[in-house]
Amino acid sequence: MNEMIYLYDGSFQGFLCCVFDSYVYKEVPTAICCDEDSVPALFDTRGIVTDRNHAERVYRKLVKCSPYAASLLRKCFLTCLPQRELRMYHLIVKLLEQGSGFLRDPSDETLYPVLRAVRHLEGEVHLLKGFVRFSQLGDVLGGEIRPKNRVLPLLRHHFCARYVGDRFFLYDRTHREVLLYASGQACIRPLDDFQMAQPDAAEARYRLLWKRFYDTIAIRERYNPRCRQTQMPKRYWSTMTEFQGATYFTPQSSCAAVPDPGAPAGIPAPETLSGSGPFAPESIL
Amino acid sequence: MDVLEKLTILTDAAKYDAACTSSGGNRTAKKGMIGNTSSSVAGCCHSFSADGRCVTLLKVLMTNRCIYDCKYCVNRRSNDTPRAAFTPEELADLTIGFYRRNYIEGLFLSSGVFRSPDDTTGLMIRTLRLLREKYRFNGYIHAKAIPGTAPELVEQLGLLADRLSVNIELPSETGLRTLAPDKTKEAILAPMRQIRTRNLQSKEELVKYRHAPRFAPAGQSTQLIVGATPDSDFHILRLTQALYRQYRLKRVFYSAYVPVVEHALLPAKTVKPPLLREHRLYQADWLLRFYGFRAEELLDEQHPDFDIRLDPKCSWAVAHPEFFPVEVNTADYEALLRVPGIGMTSARRILAARRTGSLRPEQLPRLGVVMKRAQYFLTASGKLPEGLRFTQDSLLRRLITVENSVPDFQQLSLFDAMA
Repeated sequence: MNEMIYLYDGSFQGFLCCVFDSYVYKEVPTAICCDEDSVPALFDTRGIVTDRNHAERVYRKLVKCSPYAASLLRKCFLTCLPQRELRMYHLIVKLLEQGSGFLRDPSDETLYPVLRAVRHLEGEVHLLKGFVRFSQLGDVLGGEIRPKNRVLPLLRHHFCARYVGDRFFLYDRTHREVLLYASGQACIRPLDDFQMAQPDAAEARYRLLWKRFYDTIAIRERYNPRCRQTQMPKRYWSTMTEFQGATYFTPQSSCAAVPDPGAPAGIPAPETLSGSGPFAPESIL
Repeated sequence: MDVLEKLTILTDAAKYDAACTSSGGNRTAKKGMIGNTSSSVAGCCHSFSADGRCVTLLKVLMTNRCIYDCKYCVNRRSNDTPRAAFTPEELADLTIGFYRRNYIEGLFLSSGVFRSPDDTTGLMIRTLRLLREKYRFNGYIHAKAIPGTAPELVEQLGLLADRLSVNIELPSETGLRTLAPDKTKEAILAPMRQIRTRNLQSKEELVKYRHAPRFAPAGQSTQLIVGATPDSDFHILRLTQALYRQYRLKRVFYSAYVPVVEHALLPAKTVKPPLLREHRLYQADWLLRFYGFRAEELLDEQHPDFDIRLDPKCSWAVAHPEFFPVEVNTADYEALLRVPGIGMTSARRILAARRTGSLRPEQLPRLGVVMKRAQYFLTASGKLPEGLRFTQDSLLRRLITVENSVPDFQQLSLFDAMA
């Protein structure tokens, strides 16, 4: 059999077209890669053109076979699973050949990696619903995250409901995307770089109040940093208010001394330098 | 006194309360209101403090001024500690400011007893009313019902809050008499009964009228202090069971007693809080609520306390060899739940997966079964996992080793021996 690498445009529709074309050409791709991160390889490549009609035909068929599988695949496309396109491809092939019965068995060899990746994604979404921190910047709320998976599409519903009458944006620094919401409309757009503005006096004040609350609420006799780290992995800390250094609590215009953010009798949270998180490759370059 | 200082004092005074969840709330987003609390069934943790406990709600006291003198409490009248009180405006403003920045899921409002239970509850009601009516706050509110408050005020509080709680604190009446002379069992149980009755009533009304007012829709909870009095685990667990059954509580929280004061009737200040005991009680609590266990199955008069070395489910399994092994391909849900290492999720997955074909041992880890515990108690297609040999005696030892993932033997070093 010929070895063949498929190149597509990185969209979900593009991926569905890969599935379509593999049936047209009667071949099984060795790998499915996004145009952008493809590297010259020994194998032949086939550029897949995204055709909306083809994509919709594949998707309709998936929904007909199993609506559950269709939603699983859509979620899996957002995960950081290595070779996710190929694993999804094999799942689709199995689904078309054998029907949806095997989907009931989560330990199935084709399904298991996909399920695990989706669980990881959903776990991250659940944690981030709590761990996202917004700042009031003028009349807009703004926040920043560095997730492993592309969580914005799954966070959209929650935060739009929470801030139903407000305007906000949430920037995903790992995937360089931003979720924008204003007057009932939400959209996700690519955005290459972004710097959060300095806080004004009121914003700095609330940050300080929160840090003080956080440092005070812990009970010294029960100090258990390992438990904290299990529940709230360190990779989330870099974008959370309570783990920022002193400058984060200084308002924009004044250089006047602000009270020490830490609580005098509490357990001060360790500082993490923003930008030094493990998922900010641009700061290393 | 400025808000920062007040916040520090009143957080410090509130931190020994264990309850901090936003579960059970169901407020979907509405136009013109701020917030929603229906993000998930499990609630939403916004942070974890340095002691590993979840921070979901802004947990503060209205005031830490208190007319009572409960011996175990940091806020008791005779304790020399800085006192402060929020005004309803300050607290409402703080809650909204934090909520908008996604720091919290809502407010947990408790209080010392200032002047009288009614006065204190009045202040709390003013705060909640401000939040709900002026700020149109649609987030989660957990309020404390103070024993001795007039029923009309508890009624008002319940219509504003999502969850109410009355803390029992000391699990026996003798404990109450000696350590909290100002409180009686009856004064604690009266509001609990009222909340239960009103909660049921309100649910019935909601069936008939869609816009009937909701009384404490997320139910009520309570807290028991563990380790301040000599009560046994069996006593505490039976009390818990009775509270779940008779008072329809959503949760019972356990709080390992942290010796904050020196008193002849209390453990000395050098005593460490019994954290592992608290952990075992929580594990047993889950067994009562989700796994179909009864308190009498887990403990009895001869064994009134939990084995500290082993979790309650494993202890039960080791003591009941006649129940095992369980065959995963045929056992029903209830029997699967009794196997250590199988939880609700993995039991459900087993039920679904075995419809596609009989299960083999090597499939089980992928279904979420924790094999290091479960392997001793189950068979798959009539087979034990390969190469497994054990006796009743070595079983206990191995399970204890699993429990303490850091083994307590020391790594031997060649170089030490030579030196």
